[in-house]
Amino acid sequence: MANVKVSKEYKTISQIAGPLVFVKKTDPVGYQEMVNVRLSDGSMKRGQVLDSSEDLVVVQIFEGTTGIDRAASVRFLGETMKMPVSKDMLGRVLSGAGEPLDGGSKIIPEKELDIEGAAINPWARDSPADFIQTGISTIDGMNTLVRGQKLPIFSASGLPHNEIALQIARQAKVIGENEEFAVVFIAMGITNEEKQMFMTEFERTGALKNAVVFLNLADDPAVERIVTPRLGLTTAEYMAFDLGMQVLVIMTDVTNYCEALRQVGAAREEVPGRRGYPGYMYTDLAQLYERAGKIKDKKGSITQIPILSMPGDDITHPIPDLSGYITEGQIVLSRELHRSGIYPPVNVSSSLSRLMNSGIGKGKTRDDHKAVSDQMYAAYAEGKDLRGLVAIVGKDSLSAKDRKLLDFADLFEDRIVRQGVDEDRTIEDTLNIAWDILKELDVDQLNRIDRKYIEKYLKK
Amino acid sequence: MSTEGVIYRVAGPVVTAKGISPKMYDVVHVGTEKLMGEVIKIVGDYSIIQVYENTSGIKPGEPVSNTGLPLVVELGPGLLTSVYDGIQRPLPVLRDKMGDYIFRGVTAPGLDRKKKWDFTPVVKKGDEVEAGQVLGTVMEGTMLHKIMVPISIKKGKIDSISAGMFTVEDTIAEIDGVKVMMMQKWPVRVPRPVSEKYQPDVPLITGLRVLDTMFPLAKGGAAAIPGAFGTGKTVTQQSLAKYSDAQIVVYIGCGERGNEMTEVLTEFPELVDPKTGQSLMNRTVLIANTSNMPVAAREASVYTGMTIAEYFRDMGYDVALMADSTSRWAEAMREISSRLEEMPGEEGYPAYLSGRLSEFYERACRAKSLCGEDGSISVIGAVSPPGGDLSEPVTQNTLRIVRVFWALDTKLRERRHFPTINWLTSYTMYNKQLEGWYKKNVAEDFPQLKSWAMQVLQKESELQEIVQMVGSDSLPDEQKITLEVAKMIREIYLQQNAYHPVDCYCPIARQYVMMKLIKKYSDLAEKALKAGISVEKIAYVPVRQRFNQAKYEENIDSELEAVGKDMDTQFAALGV
Ligand SMILES: Nc1ncnc2c1ncn2[C@@H]1O[C@H](COP(=O)(O)OP(=O)(O)O)[C@@H](O)[C@H]1O
Ligand SMILES: [Mg+2]
Repeated sequence: MANVKVSKEYKTISQIAGPLVFVKKTDPVGYQEMVNVRLSDGSMKRGQVLDSSEDLVVVQIFEGTTGIDRAASVRFLGETMKMPVSKDMLGRVLSGAGEPLDGGSKIIPEKELDIEGAAINPWARDSPADFIQTGISTIDGMNTLVRGQKLPIFSASGLPHNEIALQIARQAKVIGENEEFAVVFIAMGITNEEKQMFMTEFERTGALKNAVVFLNLADDPAVERIVTPRLGLTTAEYMAFDLGMQVLVIMTDVTNYCEALRQVGAAREEVPGRRGYPGYMYTDLAQLYERAGKIKDKKGSITQIPILSMPGDDITHPIPDLSGYITEGQIVLSRELHRSGIYPPVNVSSSLSRLMNSGIGKGKTRDDHKAVSDQMYAAYAEGKDLRGLVAIVGKDSLSAKDRKLLDFADLFEDRIVRQGVDEDRTIEDTLNIAWDILKELDVDQLNRIDRKYIEKYLKK
Repeated sequence: MSTEGVIYRVAGPVVTAKGISPKMYDVVHVGTEKLMGEVIKIVGDYSIIQVYENTSGIKPGEPVSNTGLPLVVELGPGLLTSVYDGIQRPLPVLRDKMGDYIFRGVTAPGLDRKKKWDFTPVVKKGDEVEAGQVLGTVMEGTMLHKIMVPISIKKGKIDSISAGMFTVEDTIAEIDGVKVMMMQKWPVRVPRPVSEKYQPDVPLITGLRVLDTMFPLAKGGAAAIPGAFGTGKTVTQQSLAKYSDAQIVVYIGCGERGNEMTEVLTEFPELVDPKTGQSLMNRTVLIANTSNMPVAAREASVYTGMTIAEYFRDMGYDVALMADSTSRWAEAMREISSRLEEMPGEEGYPAYLSGRLSEFYERACRAKSLCGEDGSISVIGAVSPPGGDLSEPVTQNTLRIVRVFWALDTKLRERRHFPTINWLTSYTMYNKQLEGWYKKNVAEDFPQLKSWAMQVLQKESELQEIVQMVGSDSLPDEQKITLEVAKMIREIYLQQNAYHPVDCYCPIARQYVMMKLIKKYSDLAEKALKAGISVEKIAYVPVRQRFNQAKYEENIDSELEAVGKDMDTQFAALGV
């Protein structure tokens, strides 16, 4: 990948531990410089400098240290990791290290970009405000996605997050616009079966020709996982801000990425933070997630849908927790809804889109959108509370109004939440369904909606 | 003493150098690209440096030079409306110099060197002046920017002073032979002196009902807003930055989202400060060191912001400083400390965490400044506890220092009860000190009304426990009414939509009117019950619907008046 410059080879490995190789007595080596290690059998492994001093250089090996011995020779390449990018990458399937997997030719780069990227100057950012219609009511109606947003799916093992991600990738559009659109798909430690599912779907829908796929699978080296999203996001930045495309990045599974971080941290004997994850995990994740966005005076955008599985369904686990602190909201999936056969099993109450307000309303979705969603949130929450009460005291002891709220919660799950895997609802559809179920409440229970909207939309 | 040395080791943002013999916290330039850093530890001949910029590619053996000076901010005309990174580099200038992304090795001074300001002296040749005394003024937008005698000049006589257009580096005066310019530099980690600190006794009025009425912060006090993600820390901080009655706002985006900074930058210039009629940006200094920008600069950002706040306090202004989020600052400390291989304290945070937090919050104060004017710094720190668990070290250490605690609640968020400030667990320790102000400036019975409302809410929570077990049907009628009144307090009063053009800001006089109306309903309901009227009828008087809506109406004050009249007539119709 990187141009190999003529440089010295060292045979001074002093220690090998986990994914790390310690090299002594080198000439000065740059922090984060790329490294090639030649094994005694002639094969090559690549790595990156994590710590560099006059006496000792610590190298993290991407493909794992299996087979490396102290006789292996180490060559420092004199530059940090670069990603060759070009428009021809669309339609290509690459490995987690960026090598072609599809038997196609090598990518002829138009540019080589540093994969760490750089922080977008906050002054140069443009506010995300264009409504993306995903066709899914719980997202469009209740947790609206906008262009340039990072909105993860918080899932857990056994839940249909992949189906949802694919449905979004298939249906997502900005109403009334016809621009160049690309998908960058970044797989980190997913299973072969999951890979098949994504690839089949991309081929079936023809989405592949507008996609670049990076595949680091479950049996690929864990440490490579630390590089994969950076390659993908570098590609996405090139497409969005050099080529002016609207890029949707799907990253799955961030949990596997974090496990790899933890593994490297442990091998370096770092002081661990919560639950053994590195103390810098927030900053590290931010360096991925913050690469979403829009830039003033540039046409393109990067919208991210990272997928992560919450270990033990626990939203307070460091991975979802730190993610939630960085991303602009989250779509939380619920095992309970899934068990009761509802697809997509979105737990609306704990989901959030922080950028919703800038993407909805008159001229964007519809004037009543905000009020309707606030009302449904509130009524659904009250209805769900009453379920608990009914389990104890019975439905009869509820007042007439409370009974309506209780029924509303059921209707909400059945009509708004539940929809087909191929059901592509317009925002009008979603809001019309909303009014259709809101009319089951008494008018004085609609305390979050301005009277003017009630007069305009409520059809008894 | 030698000032030139070489890099020995590079590990992330921490670089070890040999050969320089610095003082602690000296600023150094690292590597051939002269990255800026600060000495944070000295071990024998090795100096450990936190570097404010990305260190990738930097090698052992590259040169290091010591400036011999600590990290300073530049203070003077041009601060207002500025947008800086954590070490006071203006972001617009950085964009002009290097484009949309922040690369390293670019310097940019905090204050514009070319711009000229119209300086008007207030002292004259021959006058005796002291440190901090006002020499003259400059109009910066609508703010009167006072140019003060630098603290380094204890006392002296004015040799010369002149009016006119000057840059911040031009000499405006000479004091005992020392040339004085408008720009001063001050080390960020050192608090600026005041002549006397006072007990705060005036509230920072924010326009948020739950804060102003229930849990007010005093001007010069410190408040913490802890909350899990998505509970409303940032929206609350931004509301305070927009609507609180501070004269100057310093907003520090410390390790948070880029888009939130963009939001402030696009919104604030459009919003009008009701007191001055000018754009809100004119009273604001923004420090944006987002989560993906270098952590060492994040660590410095809160000090940069605080020093700027102190400078305006010294002119006699009421300053509000928001730090979103102090947890990210603490994490920056943790990250650097772990690179230093220091002995970790609780959850990996350095043992000096609590000391640093108290030093920071202690810089909040109400004080008489050296120039004899009263000024204040109110500090509002967001805290982001992992997993929303308040027992973690940053929250706990913060709560030991601050006197106001606004607890954000995930449960309330799930019901879209905003702001999600929990009325049972939040507290303020300024109640006593501020009571006099409320009595004098709002109404004699305001403190009484407030404690009545708190009692109703307290009662509600007790009753809720019973309802959870036996249902609400079995409650006696008075208690059912209590639940209705509590619901009104929650829905009409405590809930406030930050995005609604009318509801986003509620003047304190209107807060009183609204609370008074709820009390009126409660009193009428009590009478009605005594007169034998059913709970159903009392609970569903039509005026409640109107009251619910009133806060969203353009003509809200006349609506509220109408609500009062409707209450009278409707209860009269019930036979009260
Ligand atoms: N006072 C409020 N009024 C209306 N909505 C609010 C309010 N406070 C918070 N919200 C909603 O909650 C979301 C998250 O708030 P935010 O302040 O970003 O949370 P945090 O900083 O605690 O993560 C916002 O995007 C907004 O939708
Ligand atoms: Mg926030």
